Amino acid sequence: MTADKLIVTASPHIRSLDSTPRIMWHVVASLVPVVLSAAWFFGVSALLQIATAVAVALLTERSTGKGGAIADGSATITGLLLGLSLPAGFPLWMTALGAAFAIVFGKQVWGGLGQNVFNPALVGRAFLQAAFPVAITTWPSAGGGFFTLHGDLFAMPLTHPLPDAVTSATPLGLLKFEGKGTPLTDLVIGSTGGSLGETAALVILAGGIYLAWRGYLNWRIPVSVLVTVMALSATIHFVDATKPDALFMLFSGGLMLGAVYMATDMVTSPITNLGRWVFGAGIGILVVVIRVWGGLPEGVMYAILFMNALTPFINRATQPRVFGTRLVSAT
Amino acid sequence: MTTALALSPAAALDFVPGAPPPATLRADIWRGIAAENPVLVQMLGMCPTMAVTNVLANGIAMGVATTFVLVGSGLFVSLLRKYIAHEVRITSYILIIATFVTLADLLLAASFPEISKALGPFIPLIVANCLLLGRAEAFAAKVGPVRAVADGMGMGIGFTLSLAAMSAIRELLGRGSLLGFDILGPHWEPWVFMVLPAGGFFTLGLLLITAAWIDELRRRRRALEAK
Repeated sequence: MTADKLIVTASPHIRSLDSTPRIMWHVVASLVPVVLSAAWFFGVSALLQIATAVAVALLTERSTGKGGAIADGSATITGLLLGLSLPAGFPLWMTALGAAFAIVFGKQVWGGLGQNVFNPALVGRAFLQAAFPVAITTWPSAGGGFFTLHGDLFAMPLTHPLPDAVTSATPLGLLKFEGKGTPLTDLVIGSTGGSLGETAALVILAGGIYLAWRGYLNWRIPVSVLVTVMALSATIHFVDATKPDALFMLFSGGLMLGAVYMATDMVTSPITNLGRWVFGAGIGILVVVIRVWGGLPEGVMYAILFMNALTPFINRATQPRVFGTRLVSAT
Repeated sequence: MTTALALSPAAALDFVPGAPPPATLRADIWRGIAAENPVLVQMLGMCPTMAVTNVLANGIAMGVATTFVLVGSGLFVSLLRKYIAHEVRITSYILIIATFVTLADLLLAASFPEISKALGPFIPLIVANCLLLGRAEAFAAKVGPVRAVADGMGMGIGFTLSLAAMSAIRELLGRGSLLGFDILGPHWEPWVFMVLPAGGFFTLGLLLITAAWIDELRRRRRALEAK
């Protein structure tokens, strides 16, 4: 009798509710305030930009992936992050091309979600940066009415965008090419020129804290990135006062978005805790080096892509010892 | 039979291990263009394939120069195959190839100085192209001069076509032009990416996918017909 009621199963016996779609959709939800703040500063252009990136990412995922692949939310995140990393006036046909490239070459050619080496959104952006270097560094000024269209959003596909009347350099560009600083309050609130998601440091930080609290984001990576950037730039500023100070470095450019949402991508970051510290520190060092001594004003994208490539090596080097074993000394 | 071959000195000279099976000249030429295309199938000569295919003129010039060296070195390797000692064959092949590379380099510099300048060190570097040593070792050294020349022609045409396809795609997207003539009009936004080295890798990848896909379709059709 009792034998019938005894259920024998293999472990695990207790399952958590977390699943890939659940985590992904939480990340999407935490990005909504960032999108709204982008819309606050850049108006309807920001929404068009992000909507295009997400729509094309989903369409591409649907036509190249397995059935149901768009339900896991990963393509939505790729689209959102790509859209947020672009300037408000970027022609939409270029955005669409970048989103398709991000999904096909950033994810699908590797074998789909979980197999890619590089963050798909950053692959898309790196392609756009290399393909259309002028358009992607044309930054419309924040402000204007909500329905003001920035730049030449609706340029005919494959044609030149018309030059935008009102542009402004990013704080990092101002500093690098004209030697001008930007007030810190503007940086923190986000009322500066730049990509859509570069400008709202506090909102991004709040989203990151929420995700870290839920355990959907490993806090070690952003903390490691931000601490490294602050420590290194404070040291450099102390030695040479013409270089930017720590707070400016922290709140300018795409550092917040990169550190919180792009570097923490579960697929492309290390899986050991020590490895995560190393990974974050590497990104921090590269960001400071590129910003202070490099030819480009901003280096978050390349820093993350570079460390993505090193992730397998970091994993191997920081592999924890199995409990109960010990190193055999080489004699 | 084999022992008899090995014993008779005259026959031993003719016996070449691993010689390609007899084929018609047409088959010798076609093999290099399609079934054993140097770039798309054998994946030899990747260095010039990436480096010089940013504009169509460079790709074609590179292909023609390589074809010239392939035919010339194939002919001479085949003619001299019975006199080259086995132990020093690689050195001898390289010497023959280098002679034709130098000829190609000087001819190009004399007739098309602009293209010669654009290709820079990549014409002398043909000598390091695995395709040449590969064909000398695997084919020309084992067959008569006529077949060796046919094979060199086929491989050269296949190489030139692949390079031309790659550089046409890259020039069209990256500059909106072909052979320097504006094709896509003044409103075209050039994809700077395509003329950069990274564009070369992506274009080659896409071409390889396409070639493999066509191959797969043909195989499926043949399997269907066999049923």
